[in-house]
Amino acid sequence: METENQQKRNIIFHIRRFDPELDEVPRWQKFTVSVEPGMTVLDGLHHIKETQDASLSWRYSCRMGVCGSCAMLINGIPTLACNTQIMDVTSQKLTLAALPNFDIIRDLVPDLTPMFRDHVSIQPYIQRDDNKEMENPTREFFQTHDELEEYLQFTYCIKCGCCAAACPTMAADRKYMGPMPLAQAYRYNKDSRDGGQKDRNDVITASHGVFSCHYAGECSNVCPKGVDPARAIQHMKKDLVLGYLRLRKDKKPCQVVGIPTGESKPAIAAPEHTVK
Amino acid sequence: MKETGYWTWFIISGLITFFILGLHMLIVHLDGMLGIFSHADGGAVVWENVIQRSRSQFFSIAYIILLGAALYHGFYGLRTILLELGIGKQAQQRLTKFLWLTGILLFLVGTYVSLAVRTMEAPIL
Repeated sequence: METENQQKRNIIFHIRRFDPELDEVPRWQKFTVSVEPGMTVLDGLHHIKETQDASLSWRYSCRMGVCGSCAMLINGIPTLACNTQIMDVTSQKLTLAALPNFDIIRDLVPDLTPMFRDHVSIQPYIQRDDNKEMENPTREFFQTHDELEEYLQFTYCIKCGCCAAACPTMAADRKYMGPMPLAQAYRYNKDSRDGGQKDRNDVITASHGVFSCHYAGECSNVCPKGVDPARAIQHMKKDLVLGYLRLRKDKKPCQVVGIPTGESKPAIAAPEHTVK
Repeated sequence: MKETGYWTWFIISGLITFFILGLHMLIVHLDGMLGIFSHADGGAVVWENVIQRSRSQFFSIAYIILLGAALYHGFYGLRTILLELGIGKQAQQRLTKFLWLTGILLFLVGTYVSLAVRTMEAPIL
């Protein structure tokens, strides 16, 4: 018991609050929380809400780094509150704010609507001409391991918005599409089953699209899932330039092959992280 | 597609600028050692040497290409900066047209100067 108490530490939470009905601009509020090892930032926020201020608002759902809801600015870095242990990032003071580059709905809740609107605009789903097969599949699509690896890491994106919050281009240009929708455009463009590349490219090559990226690379540095959006954007630029110069053939969606046997296939290992 | 074209030529003009400007820097700063392009005494920036280079076909073409590439590269960069201000679509089109016209005008002026030097009868001293 005594050891447990010795390990506990009082941490001051500086939280950027904003109530659109009361505040004209965001304000800072301090809370002191007794933190023990293993406590996450999300646990700390729950503790404040239960014991100190029930009006504190933030967004969360899964508590295990899967849903991406609890992304916020923790000590100046956009990351997930559920994935961040307080004692790993501070011994005295913790600063929390809503994700930058988004409007604030309330306290730590950013308005991610523009990001999701851009995400929808790139048509983030597999598009093919054979709708009949898509709706009532009778066979399997042929895809090699190498083809899968081309886009696999980008499927790990949880749409938390950390990349957009860290992006300096987004800070300067609020119309910029942002790393997440662009990386997802690359993910579907690279999928050998997909045939919607042309439509998608028309969207991403408009102004404030892929060519607005200045390659700061911060999106990849902060991604809590190890996705590398900067890599996707640069590869997409390269593909577009090669396509413009007619040095690359248009991709043809793969064909259906064989009838599913129901047998399990060997597992494919997760790709190596391209960001250290 | 239009933006892809702009970007592709931005990269190409950057590469052209890198090589021709590199050659220019090589001549201006290292020709004292190389002595290939400067026939008159006094180094690469002496008037006689400048005129002599400007009158050669190779340098005339190289400088006109450099002018075009540098103008395109610079104006594309300026356009990118200005577009980040969040101006409307119509303003974007007007801005693009304005930068194209300014670039072409400057290119024509520069090209005229480059060609005019070639037809001058005697060096201006």
